[in-house]
Amino acid sequence: MMPRYALEQFFGGDHQPLVTHVPHCKHLDMRLVEAAPCAGTVSLPWQERLVGNPATGVVFGGVITTLLDHACGLAVTCSLEKLIAIATLDLRIDYLRAAVPGCELFARAECYKSTRNVAFVRGTAWDEDADDPFATCLATFMLGAHSAGHGADRMKNEAEQSS
Amino acid sequence: MSAIDEVIAQIPYARFLEVREDNDEDGSLVVLPFRDEIVGNVNLPAVHGGVVGAFLELTALLQLMEQGLERVPRPINFNIDFLRSVGPHDTRGRAEIVKHGRRIANVRVLAWQDDRARPVAAGIGNFLL
Repeated sequence: MMPRYALEQFFGGDHQPLVTHVPHCKHLDMRLVEAAPCAGTVSLPWQERLVGNPATGVVFGGVITTLLDHACGLAVTCSLEKLIAIATLDLRIDYLRAAVPGCELFARAECYKSTRNVAFVRGTAWDEDADDPFATCLATFMLGAHSAGHGADRMKNEAEQSS
Repeated sequence: MSAIDEVIAQIPYARFLEVREDNDEDGSLVVLPFRDEIVGNVNLPAVHGGVVGAFLELTALLQLMEQGLERVPRPINFNIDFLRSVGPHDTRGRAEIVKHGRRIANVRVLAWQDDRARPVAAGIGNFLL
């Protein structure tokens, strides 16, 4: 049977290229925690260079933006039946509390609705306890945003050639 | 060193993004230099949406800090509209304080590359002072 999702072969596994094929994620040491149907979870180790307030050691809010944006993009990618280009249309973040200094950060997003052109996503970010998030977000993505193809295309081809 | 550059020097993440202050005919602005490490889509190539969002937020924060606040303002929420693909060039951002209240400030930011009439991203957020 043909797989339903374009990236189905990576669901549930530990295929880090799913995240590290993106130069900025590699630069940040972002990690894949889980890829699942219409959902994605990523993590980021605490790093001195990502601090926003040196007096408290709390990471800069924009770092959480990057982590959540990436989790959202992964969730949309994991909902695609064919790997087409996607682009964030808008992203809104609520900062519920400060992230705990020194803690690894996690973000999980879920694509809960897709139309022909737009995907709707929600996400949460947490540190010590997944039930006590420090940020939540809502995002929309354009599907088939441009003709350059999805950034994960090459990654998928390389994985298929090496297996 | 300008007031904005002094604040940038104090924020590790601002140094990580290598942002700096610049000026045009309308006054001071913040520049995000392009480099390969901030790419999100290699096919285009384009800057990672998260970096664009972080840059907008940082530009808003720097505008607030320039007012001479005692503490670093804390973001309550931030909304980003991605208007165009952010290509492999320097990005410029300018923030405007819509409302500066006693406890809350509302700040709007616009980012562009070569042409200010063609913005690449817009942001608006509330900060706790």
